[in-house]
Amino acid sequence: MTYAFLQQYWWFLISLLGALLVFLMFVQGANAQLFLKGMTPAKRSLIVNSTGRKWELTFTTLVTFGGAFFASFPLFYSTSFGGAYWVWILLLVTFVFQAVSYEFQNKNGNLLGSKAFCMFLTINGVLAPFLVGTAVGTFFTGSNFVVNKLAIADNVAPVISSWGNSWHGLDALATPAIWLGMVVMLLDIVLGCMYAINNIDNDELIRKLRGRIVVMGFFFVLFFVTWVFILCKMNGYAVDINGTISLESGKYLHNLLQMPAVAAMFLVGTLLVLAGIYWGGFTKSRKAIWPAGIGTVLVVLALFFIAGYNGTAYYPSSSDLQSSLTIANSSSSEFTLKTMFWVSLLIPFVLAYIVYAWRQMDKTPITEKEINETENKY
Amino acid sequence: MDTALIDWSRLQFAVTACYHWLFVPLTLGLGLVMAIMETMYYRKGDEFWKKTAQFWMKLFAINFAVGVATGLILEFEFGTNWSNYSWLVGDIFGAPLAIEGILAFFMEATFFAVMFFGWNKVSKRFHLVSTWLTGIGAAISAYWILVANAWMQNPVGTAFNPDTVRSEMVSFWAVAGNPIAVSKFFHAVFSGWMTGGVFTIGVSAWFLLRKRETKFAKASMAIGALVGIVGGFAVILSGDSSGIHAAKYQPMKFAASEGLDDGGRKVAFSIIPGVEVPGVLSILATHDINGFVPGINDILAGYTDNRGNDVLPVDAKMWRGQKALTALKIFRSVKDSPDSASLAQKALCERVIKANAQFMGYGHLKEPSEVIPNVPLTYWSFRTMVYTGFLVLLILILVQWFIYKDNIDNKKWLLILAVIAIPLVYICGQAGWIVSEVGRQPWAIQDILPVGAAVSNLSVSAVQTTFFIFLAVFTLFLAIEITIMLKAIGKGPKMEESESEHINIEK
Repeated sequence: MTYAFLQQYWWFLISLLGALLVFLMFVQGANAQLFLKGMTPAKRSLIVNSTGRKWELTFTTLVTFGGAFFASFPLFYSTSFGGAYWVWILLLVTFVFQAVSYEFQNKNGNLLGSKAFCMFLTINGVLAPFLVGTAVGTFFTGSNFVVNKLAIADNVAPVISSWGNSWHGLDALATPAIWLGMVVMLLDIVLGCMYAINNIDNDELIRKLRGRIVVMGFFFVLFFVTWVFILCKMNGYAVDINGTISLESGKYLHNLLQMPAVAAMFLVGTLLVLAGIYWGGFTKSRKAIWPAGIGTVLVVLALFFIAGYNGTAYYPSSSDLQSSLTIANSSSSEFTLKTMFWVSLLIPFVLAYIVYAWRQMDKTPITEKEINETENKY
Repeated sequence: MDTALIDWSRLQFAVTACYHWLFVPLTLGLGLVMAIMETMYYRKGDEFWKKTAQFWMKLFAINFAVGVATGLILEFEFGTNWSNYSWLVGDIFGAPLAIEGILAFFMEATFFAVMFFGWNKVSKRFHLVSTWLTGIGAAISAYWILVANAWMQNPVGTAFNPDTVRSEMVSFWAVAGNPIAVSKFFHAVFSGWMTGGVFTIGVSAWFLLRKRETKFAKASMAIGALVGIVGGFAVILSGDSSGIHAAKYQPMKFAASEGLDDGGRKVAFSIIPGVEVPGVLSILATHDINGFVPGINDILAGYTDNRGNDVLPVDAKMWRGQKALTALKIFRSVKDSPDSASLAQKALCERVIKANAQFMGYGHLKEPSEVIPNVPLTYWSFRTMVYTGFLVLLILILVQWFIYKDNIDNKKWLLILAVIAIPLVYICGQAGWIVSEVGRQPWAIQDILPVGAAVSNLSVSAVQTTFFIFLAVFTLFLAIEITIMLKAIGKGPKMEESESEHINIEK
């Protein structure tokens, strides 16, 4: 195993975790529907109890995504989290409120009332996918930061990564990165509706959710096509063999064309998502979540691949090109990556028990009767 | 760096860590208590044990959620507020965090859902396994995060790389098997058992005082007291080992926690200022009454340790640290130059850096006195931890004794003490972490990286804003958790029967 291989391998794992996170944020997407017109408390309870059995997986994937990034690409962890401060803090706060809302919302003594906690779930449901999407969008559009490793020897200001403005990440909201934020938000709403249709046995609710898939699916396609168009046209950040970074017009389109397997993945993934939208919105199928979910993972994987592979800086600096982060200049040492490689071999085992437990728990869809009769519910 | 920025960043991290540690020990301890109860149900098939386990699981779930929430913030604060730290030691520190995620978090998350929702969905055996795995996942999580923490106290298995300007891992097993990690793990997990045990006996005592749910309360108390006592004695043993390690690897922390200005042999242990037990501190630090324990002034001026090694005075370490930083600057300026003079200079710099890398952190200090942590806070926190810990252990033993004698109902004074023990055990745990983390100051990584060189480049107002946001949010969550728990306890183990009235919100 060479160092270069290990760096590529860890970028693959980060990409996979990112892709799974976007898929698992169907939890957020479903929660974003809690205050739809005509959503009765009973229906709300069904959705909350359905997503309530999965939210920890999404949350854990987010935590592991962060931990894995820290372990494999610490300069990104340092630069992005310490720089785009407000975006990450906002994201974390919404997740923190989500984490307690399930447990607190229907308990006696929750001080704020049930509706407030439901509202927190909805806010997280809308904001979290949007912010994650926007943050990933900056992998393409660039951010305003400078990296100077020699600064550590400076006694006055020994800071390696510095953000170039006082907006600390909120500046991304004024860039095309927000298109990806909108795409992820709309996609997760669609996925959330599909998941609820698959997991809940209530005809009226399913009918309502199918309507949402049609409407939000339409907007998703609109924003997705726009984002892909912007992506293909924009300047990308190319890295040559010496590690020098330069702007290249149409770099991400070139990446797709120069990596046909990734392009195929992107196309197949897109088709699966579209097929899922069709099955979920226009047929009586309750299994649309699976093709759409697989499609989501494939598309997001492809996006991460064109952001980081094929000589591309995955976290570009718009203020100082040479400060841009690449897989090579921001990774952990060969020794650490190799050690973590062996640890990562446990992932299939982890996935296997998650799938087993998921299947055991979801053998039958959730019904109102079950929620009313069970003692263990949110 | 702006000292206000450093102080606010430290305060924010400290508040997050303290709140997180309010919820974690109960998860560790109550997880074991309820797993034992469910095992009783599995073996005996008695519904009583099922209801008992379910009652404690409800309280576990309320607590678990806030622990998860505060833990998320803690992990990401390494990046948001300590960005230099993230790069300079991420190569070592990130690995245990990632392993924790892969090995522990998914296990906890997956099996918590089965444990909480799966009573009527999965087999009895699979449910029991899930309950145990939830607790085991929490313990595995504790190990890896403590490996990361222990590395900050005793940075083993690492070398500084001037090419990448960071410390890099050279031995995974040295990091994973760090002696401080091992003793910290047992100390933290067993203190969690103690917390879970005390929580169980305290809540059960409240039922007995109200003459309610007597059978349930006594059965719970017996298990809680046993878990608490085992945890308590193990905490003493692991605490002893932690003391030895602190004296060996972090003598300043040890001296500060004793308020020891001038060290020596046969050093007395200070019970409170002015009341001392001769020779005991030497025994605690070295397991030898003649063992040398350096005081704060010895560490500042330099001394000879118990192995006969000369320990440099702090100003000499600062000089060597500055030498390493200067060599690093020169190294970076010539590293890409191919001419022979530059190559020779580069080689020389590498030698200087290698020889002085262990003191590099001292190069960022302005005054030798900066290495002294807050002595009164560390001193009193240590005493608070020890005294409340022993008091709580005594209460646990008395409870177990009177349960054995079958007359706990008549011991109103003890039942009241058992209730009071709940806040005491939390104070004990918080004080322990203050000793560990305040005593480590000014180091983010002992000797390698002071907090002033680890912080992110943010405005003071930004960190102040997030500090108050987190303080408000965590305090709100704590208040809600306590209120919900009190209501749930008030309802007792039969609360499930009337819960349906609360589930259909706003109906």
